[in-house]
Amino acid sequence: MNVPQDLKYTASHEWVRREADGSLVVGITDHAQEQLGDMVFVETPKPGRKVAPGEAVGVVESVKAASDFYAPVAGEVLAGNEEVAGSPEKVNADAYGCWLFRMKPDNVADLDTLLDAAAYEKLADD
Amino acid sequence: MPKATPLNAIHREAGARMVDFGGWDMPVHYGSQVEEHHAVRRDAGVFDVSHMRVVDVEGAGAREFLRFALANDVARLTTPGKALYSCLLNDTGGVVDDLIVYFFRDDLFRLVVNAGTAETDIQWLHSLNALAGHGVSITPREELALVAVQGPNARETLWKAFSETRPGSEGLAPFSAARMGDIMVARTGYTGEDGFEVVCPAEDAVSIWNGLVAAGARPCGLGARDTLRLEAGMNLYGQDMDTATSPLDAGLAWTVDLKTPRPFFGRKALENRPQAHDFLGLALLDKGGVLRAHQKVKAGDGEGEITSGTFSPTLGFSIALARLPRGTAPGAVVQVAVRDKELAARVVKPPFVRNGRSLL
Repeated sequence: MNVPQDLKYTASHEWVRREADGSLVVGITDHAQEQLGDMVFVETPKPGRKVAPGEAVGVVESVKAASDFYAPVAGEVLAGNEEVAGSPEKVNADAYGCWLFRMKPDNVADLDTLLDAAAYEKLADD
Repeated sequence: MPKATPLNAIHREAGARMVDFGGWDMPVHYGSQVEEHHAVRRDAGVFDVSHMRVVDVEGAGAREFLRFALANDVARLTTPGKALYSCLLNDTGGVVDDLIVYFFRDDLFRLVVNAGTAETDIQWLHSLNALAGHGVSITPREELALVAVQGPNARETLWKAFSETRPGSEGLAPFSAARMGDIMVARTGYTGEDGFEVVCPAEDAVSIWNGLVAAGARPCGLGARDTLRLEAGMNLYGQDMDTATSPLDAGLAWTVDLKTPRPFFGRKALENRPQAHDFLGLALLDKGGVLRAHQKVKAGDGEGEITSGTFSPTLGFSIALARLPRGTAPGAVVQVAVRDKELAARVVKPPFVRNGRSLL
C-alpha cells in the first residue's frame, strides 16, 4: 500500500501535509482513489469557509460512486484546487500529488489528533 | 460466502477488484473501468458472465409452456437458434426477471437468466409448469459457464483464437445462436456492440478465456459492463425494474405482446394497470456531479426518479435512465436533484450509444 511516511492521515481516508507557511493541504489517499476507481468529478470547498473537524467539505465522484471528503481539523478554507476539479483523473494518477483543498488550522496542536502512516496503513488494511 | 465461477482464480491472478454481485464473487475491474469500457467500444473486451444461469426447458409442450410463462411470444421463434428477450411476470404484472430465450427445437428451449434471481426464477417456472400442465422438464445447467466477447473486433477475436468456431458462427444473424458440440455461440450481448456470448462446460471456461485474451481481447469487469449497457439503453434487473415494476413503466412495452389474445401469466394484471410513467434517458447539461439511481427528477409539474445513472465514458458526460411523468417528451429539459443542487438534464430517447457512436 502506498502510504508516505511524511504525511498525516484521517480515518476517513484523507492525507494532510503541513506546508512551510503553516497551512495544511488535504487530499484523498491512494487507497481511497483505488477503492473509488476512475474519477470523473471533484467539487472543492470555497475559500473563507469555516470548517469543523470531520465536516464534509467536498465531493469526489468516480464512475462508480460519489464520496464526500472531510476537514481533518478545525479551521478556515484558503483554496480549493481548481486544476484537479478540471481534471479529476489526476487523483487516480497521483493521489498524493493532488491536494483537493488548502486550509488554515485554528490550532496547530490539533494535528496531533491525526493518524501517522503506520496507524493509517493498519486501518486501511482492515 | 459468495459463489465462485470457474474463472475466479484467473480474475484474482490478474489483480481484479472483486465484489459480491448477486451472490457471486465477481470482478468489477482489472485496473481501470474506463479503459475497459473504451476497449469494448473500440476493439474487443471479454467478460466472465458465468454467474448468469442457463435453464433448459424441454418436453413436447415446451413452446406452449413458454407461451404461457413469458410476456413476449416465443411463437415468433421459428428458426432454430433464434433468440428473444422477454420478461417473466408475477401476478401483479411486476417483473420476476428479464431473460433471453433461445429456440433449438419445438421440444427444447434454453433460457439465460440473471444471477441474483436464478433460484426465484426456477421456483417460479416450476409453479407455472404445475399451473399450465404441459409437464415440461426445467433443468438448471449449473455445470455451464458463460464468456462474452464484445466489441467491433470481437467476432474476429473469437475466430482467431478458435478457428473451429468460425464456420458455425460466421453466418449468425444478430440475436441468434449456434450449437457446436457442447458449446453454444450466440451473437448477443449487453454492451451495444457486436460480439458473441459463448456458453461452455465449466471445465472449458479457462481455456476459452485465455485463448480470447491471447488473441487480443481485454479482460473487462462488471463496472464496464454497467456503463456499456447503460449507454446502450439496456435495463438492469433490480435497478431499472423489479417485482413491483410493470414492464410498461420500465420501457419494455416492446417486449410485452398485448396485440394477440394469448393468455400469458401476468397479462390480466397488466391490463388492469395502465402505464404510469414514461421510461426515458437523461443527458446531464450542467456541470456539478453525476446522475445516479434514486435521484429525484422535476419534469414540468410532475416528478420522476432516476433508476440508473453514471458518467458515460464514450460521451464524456453523465447519462441516466429515468421513470418520468407520463407525457414527458424527448427534448424536454428537466431538473435533477444532485445532493444540494438542481442540475438541468435533457430528456432523450435511449440508446445513447450504439456500435461506438453517439446517437444523441
